[in-house]
Amino acid sequence: MTAGFGFRNVPRIACMVVIVAGFLSLGSLLPDSNPLSVSPFIVTLVGKYLAYAMLAVAVDLVWGFAGILTLGHAAFFALGGYAMGMYLTREIGTRGVYGNPDLPDFMVFLSWKSLPWYWWGSNHILMAIVLVFLVPGILAGLFGWLAFRSRVSGVYLSIVTQALTYALMLAFFQNGLGFGGNNGLTDFKDILGFDLHSQTTRATMLVFSALLLAGTMIGARWLVSGRFGRLLIAVRDAESRTRFLGYRPEQVKLLVWVVSAMIAALGGALYVIQVGIINPGEFAPANSIESVIWVAVGGRGTICGAVIGAVLVNFGKTLLTAWLPEAWLYGLGLLFILTTLFLPEGLMGLGHQVMRRRAEVTPEVTQTEGDAES
Amino acid sequence: MRDIRWRLALATIILTASGYMAVSPVQAQTDTPSAIQRQADQPAAPAPVVAVTPAPDAYSGLASTHFDVIAASIAQIGSQETPQAHDTLKALASHHLFAGNDGHALYIHDGDGWRDVRTGIPASPDPNQVHPVRVNNRVRLALAEVQAGQALVTGTPAQRLAAASRLAEHPDPALLLLVDHALDTSHDAALDATLKRAKAAIILSPGAPVSNPATLLAAVASLRAQGGLTSRAVLAGFAGNETAPTQARDAARHAMASIDRREKIWALGQQAFYGLSLGSVLLLVAMGLAITFGVMGVINMAHGELVMLGAYTTYLVQKGVLAVAPGLSGFTLVLAAPAAFVVCSAIGVLIERSLIRFLYGRPLETLLATWGLSLIIQQAVRSVFGSTNVAVSTPGWLSGAFQLGGMTITMNRLAIMLFAAAVMVALMLVLRRTALGLEMRAVTQNRRMATLMGIRTARVDALTFALGSGVAGLAGVAVSQIDNVSPNLGQGYIIDSFLVVVFGGVGNLWGTLAAAMTLGIGGKTLEPLLGAVSGKILLLVLVIVFIQRCPRGMFPLRGRGIES
Amino acid sequence: MNASPLLELRNVSVSFDGFRAINDLSLSLQPGEMRAIIGPNGAGKTTMMDIITGKTRPDTGIVRFEGRDLTRLDEPAIARLGIGRKFQKPTVFEALSVRDNLLLSLKGLRSPFSLLFAKKTEVETFRIRALLETTRLAARAEEQAGSLSHGQKQWLEIGMLLGQEPQLLLVDEPVAGMTDAETMATADLLRDINRTRSVVVVEHDMEFVRALNVSVTVLHEGSVLAEGPLDEVSADPRVIDVYLGR
Repeated sequence: MTAGFGFRNVPRIACMVVIVAGFLSLGSLLPDSNPLSVSPFIVTLVGKYLAYAMLAVAVDLVWGFAGILTLGHAAFFALGGYAMGMYLTREIGTRGVYGNPDLPDFMVFLSWKSLPWYWWGSNHILMAIVLVFLVPGILAGLFGWLAFRSRVSGVYLSIVTQALTYALMLAFFQNGLGFGGNNGLTDFKDILGFDLHSQTTRATMLVFSALLLAGTMIGARWLVSGRFGRLLIAVRDAESRTRFLGYRPEQVKLLVWVVSAMIAALGGALYVIQVGIINPGEFAPANSIESVIWVAVGGRGTICGAVIGAVLVNFGKTLLTAWLPEAWLYGLGLLFILTTLFLPEGLMGLGHQVMRRRAEVTPEVTQTEGDAES
Repeated sequence: MRDIRWRLALATIILTASGYMAVSPVQAQTDTPSAIQRQADQPAAPAPVVAVTPAPDAYSGLASTHFDVIAASIAQIGSQETPQAHDTLKALASHHLFAGNDGHALYIHDGDGWRDVRTGIPASPDPNQVHPVRVNNRVRLALAEVQAGQALVTGTPAQRLAAASRLAEHPDPALLLLVDHALDTSHDAALDATLKRAKAAIILSPGAPVSNPATLLAAVASLRAQGGLTSRAVLAGFAGNETAPTQARDAARHAMASIDRREKIWALGQQAFYGLSLGSVLLLVAMGLAITFGVMGVINMAHGELVMLGAYTTYLVQKGVLAVAPGLSGFTLVLAAPAAFVVCSAIGVLIERSLIRFLYGRPLETLLATWGLSLIIQQAVRSVFGSTNVAVSTPGWLSGAFQLGGMTITMNRLAIMLFAAAVMVALMLVLRRTALGLEMRAVTQNRRMATLMGIRTARVDALTFALGSGVAGLAGVAVSQIDNVSPNLGQGYIIDSFLVVVFGGVGNLWGTLAAAMTLGIGGKTLEPLLGAVSGKILLLVLVIVFIQRCPRGMFPLRGRGIES
Repeated sequence: MNASPLLELRNVSVSFDGFRAINDLSLSLQPGEMRAIIGPNGAGKTTMMDIITGKTRPDTGIVRFEGRDLTRLDEPAIARLGIGRKFQKPTVFEALSVRDNLLLSLKGLRSPFSLLFAKKTEVETFRIRALLETTRLAARAEEQAGSLSHGQKQWLEIGMLLGQEPQLLLVDEPVAGMTDAETMATADLLRDINRTRSVVVVEHDMEFVRALNVSVTVLHEGSVLAEGPLDEVSADPRVIDVYLGR
């Protein structure tokens, strides 16, 4: 499965992502009269797709290569987003509605007197970058350590990840948590002193996102293609066998899980910068499940499939919600069903699947028994 | 004859009870016979047209600027059971009574224009010469007393009981004699008890006529036995009364402590009731999952939507009943339950045959496909019924509440508890006592062997899934009574119900029961401490950590064939 | 006992929901010994393997390997001590090539971090080549393990066992589903392995056990029913009873 088309072509597709993003950015800097001009709306939209693609790569790493169906990765995405959002909020400074140089508007509104301790240092971009990786990383580490050590796996793990993101969503909706409650963080003005609304900043951010995504894709491919990657596949397919070979699959899974959470968080950070808002809705369990279907559509375990799936499905969402808002949920629902029934290897495995169609036998009902049982 | 005598007594009592009166008792007494006469003629209808000229002095108190005088006047008018008196007090209560600046003229000014209080004849006073009769707490109390006094003695049994308990809640020493009188004439155990309670409260209230210590002790004992926050407040007032006998005050303090203890226990009981009722809801929505997930190992993310469809079925049944036989509207739920079961089972069979059977052995894919299905069902319901809530009414016999000691038991929550228990018992019987249950267990334990023994596994799969879905439908009927019925209804329950099943131990209905009740009671215990949302978050985190410690739940199945 | 045993089980019991899968089982294995374990279904053979390899924790009793208590260790720790296990149903990593299967099995790197930057060494390449020879899979080294025949998967798994360089091999029904020729070849292979390592074989196939020509332990209802050379054991009336039913 790993040797498929999508996996071999990671560097090529990564280059394409960068090139397309580069052209769009250049186009957006042209005057409107130019026929090659690209509207700022498209730039923001593509920036959002790339952030989602990053999340999809993260999901693919754990689902495609480690066999962990996560239904809570949007939590890491959103935490990364909030970490970056804190920095952007502090950058607003006195330009907020209340003009308070120290406190964000929503804290003034709640008549808080000072910043809570966990906002300490949030006015430095370096701190923001550290938090983007550290917070989701630590949460994923704790969660994974507990879960994998106790051998929570399969659907149990899926359910627990979903509960995790649900709990976080409820928490972030609370005003008292200090992250803006319902409204989240928004109304950002600039980043590192550059105006977030200027066309140049946006174009630069798009190229920057594309570069990070390309780097992530290549890094992910490196991670799963060496001997570690082989072990990962081995753990995915026959976890207990690896244990009898002397490996500790929980460590293997934990490593991938934490890396994946950090990649998701990076996606969230890029999302916030380009979309300009982060709110508790991003923690919704539905978001996490949607990110899984991107990967399923593209083809799990191929990395490229994740990126392509994320972009295609979201492009479809943009079109459908604009033209036929009611049809979107029908479309998404059908996508889930049809993909799982007829496209188990996704678009990347389509060629593969057609070729093998003849030899295919309907999957036999297998019992979930242990591999060493009589 | 006897009737007239007590009516006379009543009038006297009311007059005396009003305490300091602005008018002479003679004046009042001359007034009463006419009221008695009218009452004797027409006991039930209170508004005959009898031309009785009210004594000017009784009303003129209302035109005073002193609240005490107004209050006294109210007490006096209250003793007259004339339409004028009734209208006047009503106008006063609703701020429609105006007094002339001369301290005598009185007018009612409402939607019909101005009219004279004493004659009822339309009038047109100079608006600058009148002012509204002002109402303060003293006046309001006087009004309430009059109303209570009237209801206590002359009302229907229900009104008398209501008046008595009102009096017990707000004891008024002025009405002690009235209560005594009502006690003499009471022939009803419930009324008796309430009156005694009211009397005890009055005796211990500040401003009550001085009683001997024995009476006081008896009153304290009565309130102690009664319990409740109002009794406690009366006792607290009495205990702080320096002039009262020490022995009685000590008794009052002991009584307070005793009431506090009891209140605490009742509060715990109340919380347990809320917890159990929440647990019952969780149990209902999780039981269907316990079948499909626990027995079949199928992850049905559309389970919440089946619950939602059950609720919409209730809505449709209700609409149908109202259209066809409105007289049966009280039995809507009785009809809705089987309807929801059948509808959801049928949909369940459809889902199993058209989708899930292709995904057996691939739980993660099943999860994704059924999630897709849930989106489609939601959107379909939204297209048909709209995205807003639909109104599912609660039948009369399910609304309301009753007191059980110090607990308030709401009928709908109690009904859901009983319903959950009934569904659980029925499910147990199906699993343990029917051929289907036996086949289900056989297929769960060893599919291949079951096939070899001639069990049609495909049929068993479909029926098992139908059973789980039907139970989800039943849950929907219950949920429609306590939650908003909207297309999003199912989403709110899916995570909770999966947690319940996993927490309890998959494949174990007793575990599901224990988990639902633990989460219900836990949730309601944390709620007052942390707030509803924070409590829920903490509970979620605790369950997550618990599942990570014990992945197989509270009651794990152990054995060779079990692999996590 | 002349020397301290390599593996020793003493008075081991374990039960699942009231069912005693292993009942006061005692067994010991000398260094360099090969032992065949037979017994009807449900005799507790697989559970015994589970206990030795740390998958199941015994309720009571002592399990020692080279004097070390195994009941306190988990599967990876026991595997690292030098106990390899082959499952009844051949379990290989089907999505990986035969070569990669053997590479992962090689004794050495086990922590995920060290694997991240691991390069294949000369020694490893050499070891893999030798294992491919031994298991007669050299021609199919680059193919996915999932495409192998049942017998070849059995051999690959034995090859992976050897790659671990264990002192003790636990082999669960290695010839199930093999042709007669493959069965005899497997017997030769195991005898060959036994020259340097101790082996415990669980098997139903009497021809195969006879070909191994080692002493036999008969398990029944979770404890040892008889022990000795195959001919002696198969003449035991109790054993006949158990196998043929009463």
